[in-house]
Amino acid sequence: MDDLYYILPEIILVAAALIVLTVDFFLPEGRRPGLAWPAAVAPLVSLGFVIAFWGTERTLYSGTLQIDEYALFFKGLFLVITFFVLVGSPGYVRKNLRHPAEFYGLVLLAAVGAMAVSSARELLTAYISLELVSFGFYSLSSQAKHELRSNEAGAKYIILGAFSSALLLYGISLVFGATGTTFYSGISQGAQTAAGLGPGMLLGITLLISGLGFKVAAVPFHMWTPDVYEGAPLPITAFLSVGSKSAGFAFLIRLFAEGLGPVMGDWRVAIGILAVLTMTLGNLVAMQQRNIKRLLAYSSIAQAGYVLVGAAALTDQTSAGMMLHLAGYTVTNLGAFLAVIFYNNATGRERIAEFRGLSRRSIFLALALAACLFSLAGLPLFAGFATKFYLFSAAAASGMWWLVAFAIANSIVSVYYYLVIIREMFVAPSPDPEEERTPLRIPLHANAALGVLVVLVLWIGLYPNPIVQAAEAGSRAIFGS
Amino acid sequence: MLYALVLVNLLAGAAMFAIPERQRLLAKLAALAAGTFSLAISIATFALYDRAQGGFQFEDRFDWLPSIGISFHVGVDGISAPMVLLTGVVIFTGVLISWNIETRTREFFGLLFMLVSGVFGVFVSMDLFFLFFFYEVAVLPMYLLIAVWGSTRKEYAAMKLVMYLLGGSILVWTALLALYHAAGVRSFDLLDMQAAGFDPSLARVLFPILFVGFGVLAGLWPFHTWSPDGHVAAPTAVSMLHAGVLMKLGAYGIIRLGVQLLPSGARDWLWFFLIIAAVNVLYGAFSAMAQRDLKFVVGYSSVSHMGYVLMGIGSMTAIGLNGAVLQMFSHGIMTALLFALVGVIYDRAHVREIAAFGGLAKVMPRFAVLFMIAGLTSLGLPGLSGFAAEFLVFAGTFQTNPWIAALGIAGVAVTAAYILRMMARMFFGPLNERWRGLKDMNRLETTAGVCLVALLVLFGVYPPLMVGQIDVSVAPLIAALPK
Repeated sequence: MDDLYYILPEIILVAAALIVLTVDFFLPEGRRPGLAWPAAVAPLVSLGFVIAFWGTERTLYSGTLQIDEYALFFKGLFLVITFFVLVGSPGYVRKNLRHPAEFYGLVLLAAVGAMAVSSARELLTAYISLELVSFGFYSLSSQAKHELRSNEAGAKYIILGAFSSALLLYGISLVFGATGTTFYSGISQGAQTAAGLGPGMLLGITLLISGLGFKVAAVPFHMWTPDVYEGAPLPITAFLSVGSKSAGFAFLIRLFAEGLGPVMGDWRVAIGILAVLTMTLGNLVAMQQRNIKRLLAYSSIAQAGYVLVGAAALTDQTSAGMMLHLAGYTVTNLGAFLAVIFYNNATGRERIAEFRGLSRRSIFLALALAACLFSLAGLPLFAGFATKFYLFSAAAASGMWWLVAFAIANSIVSVYYYLVIIREMFVAPSPDPEEERTPLRIPLHANAALGVLVVLVLWIGLYPNPIVQAAEAGSRAIFGS
Repeated sequence: MLYALVLVNLLAGAAMFAIPERQRLLAKLAALAAGTFSLAISIATFALYDRAQGGFQFEDRFDWLPSIGISFHVGVDGISAPMVLLTGVVIFTGVLISWNIETRTREFFGLLFMLVSGVFGVFVSMDLFFLFFFYEVAVLPMYLLIAVWGSTRKEYAAMKLVMYLLGGSILVWTALLALYHAAGVRSFDLLDMQAAGFDPSLARVLFPILFVGFGVLAGLWPFHTWSPDGHVAAPTAVSMLHAGVLMKLGAYGIIRLGVQLLPSGARDWLWFFLIIAAVNVLYGAFSAMAQRDLKFVVGYSSVSHMGYVLMGIGSMTAIGLNGAVLQMFSHGIMTALLFALVGVIYDRAHVREIAAFGGLAKVMPRFAVLFMIAGLTSLGLPGLSGFAAEFLVFAGTFQTNPWIAALGIAGVAVTAAYILRMMARMFFGPLNERWRGLKDMNRLETTAGVCLVALLVLFGVYPPLMVGQIDVSVAPLIAALPK
């Protein structure tokens, strides 16, 4: 019974998903998109439990799941993501999608998977949880069933996703072969024996990194990202860019810290190279994008690269830095996507050049988006600066200077393409002066949701101490120091 | 008190966006209020600084991120107090000069005050994280300020400026992390790091990185090309702040992180940067001579004058460093005045070609007088602050390297040539009939101009008023240098 109590946050989401799917039958079609509101209550209630659990340390279900501050940190993060994705969806769903209940239900279920990933201390549990996330996303990205690009996105995602899952599974089986267990604690012991250092283990770890690299969209496993981001419905793109990525990292950090810690020394350089490729390619290609979804896709690849810098120099401090940067990135990117969604709802546009003159039509939307873009670029006052500074400083502490220098240079170069969007919004005159004089009509709840996210971005940027302490507590939980 | 200087401006900047777009006057009044507040506090900071006590004063401290040792620790010493005063004066006069901004007024002043808060933040931060934080805050609004309200290839210049300055901050950021980890005291506090000291071999590597990183903002040759383009493209108040104050952030950073934290690195590299400083002086002066656009002349003359600042720092003598800081102040006021005046004439005539003017002294006497005082400061006329500053710089440099000092003095001659020629063409000779109807400066503009001129004269006639204070903090820095 006790074990059940500690998975209440997940249970609540599952129940909410089932309720939403059922109630759907009894509602007239026009009212179904409004189901997002009751659905959005569930993550808030769950979040209450997660906060109440803070400080608990408990092993559930014979050691497959762990409740600790690390898991709770990520669970909180996923719940915040889910809440804002749901709140940001109704307008878009009403305009573009036919089956709102399926959409909201799948969002909730994908969130359950992500939460379980952060708790998992055993490879198969983690794998199955991650698959729950992925399956949610496969069908969510093809939800715009009448639209060609959405179908293409779904098809691409499931084929490449299945491939990466296969890599992951094969990696798990090899690690099991070498160490005789799938529990992280056992792998950690087994890795120090002769068999643990053999070619089987090496290949296994390579495959694990490749599989997870796919989930977090690290180069060269990123090929799916731009197409899926572009084709998927906008709220799902938002969800993918923060939820799926954070879930991948939640898996990766715990696995590396608790399971593969003893052999990590050998992997530093390899992951460092992955990080450099990911940052550099993400930023360079982002510069050439004309569509804001694709631009944000490549920018999210670059952001994954910064997080990987922490993974290459894994210590308890860098892992806190990774968690911190993921949290900052999450609220920032959600904010950016919500702004794009609301603009798209009002105008149906998504090309960067079509953001021209936005500052005249809605100064709030323009400022909110600008704040998020500055934060993604890592400029101060906003979350991105504080989180990157912490992360890079932690990585520098372990002596990987070449990597930190690369990361800093990349972060600065990225300012260029974020500024291009800001130029369109604030500088360039609108092509249609008539249009420029008509203010955009953004619903109040949309402005409120966006406002909350911008406040969070500023809060992390201006006073990060509380969240840094939470991340450090989470990191201590997995490093046991 | 110093918290107020940073935070009030930041909040004022943010609050301006909430003013309805049509209430232009309200936005201007809010800007004037914030500007007056900044001026009052900065004068108080300068005047109340206790020279007998020395060191950092008006300190405040707030633990911001204790786990890695970042605190919002503020205070001013003899070097930063004049810089705070400079910023206060320039923003106040900048608001007066920008009174006629009618397009998107609230956004203009909102961004302007964000910029100012960043500048104040750099000068008062004793924590290096916050120094860097505010350094970036100051760069951030530049893009929009230039690209929206500027002129002459504004988008190109804005992007170029931002990318150059951020390029410099790649070096600063990396070096800052290196300093932090090398000091091993888990603190970004300037004084903690200074107390920990640094290995000479590390200092040798980090000093040039910091020098170049901050040097980009100080207009260090060959990374100065953003500066004429940016200053010309920027709207008047932004040019004033940028050339007047922001370029000083670079020099200030070199003094704080370079000379103060890495004295042995400074010692190792000074010969090299003295040469670069001389190139700055001469290259800037000759480029200014070749310009036809009034604003480009002022822009290149900034590059040249910042060379004197770098030369003073590079001299590594107390007298030279005093001169450098005084030159930072003096050039800040002078160049702000020049850009303000260029703005005044451009507003009226809509051209900036020097050759297009002539005999302006007849129709715009007030303008002509102010312009000539600024010009004479620029060429180092005794009795104005520029002379005192340059004299100290040369006296210091002469002790270290007489040849470089000679090159510097040659720079003054070139400056005299282009300034006198420019003034002669603009103000004297036959009046170009096209400008018969030009109005002289209005009351607000004149007030701004007179404020700035008063300071040039005050510190020119009696430089110890400022040098005495600068020396309080410069002397220990020089004393700490390895022989």
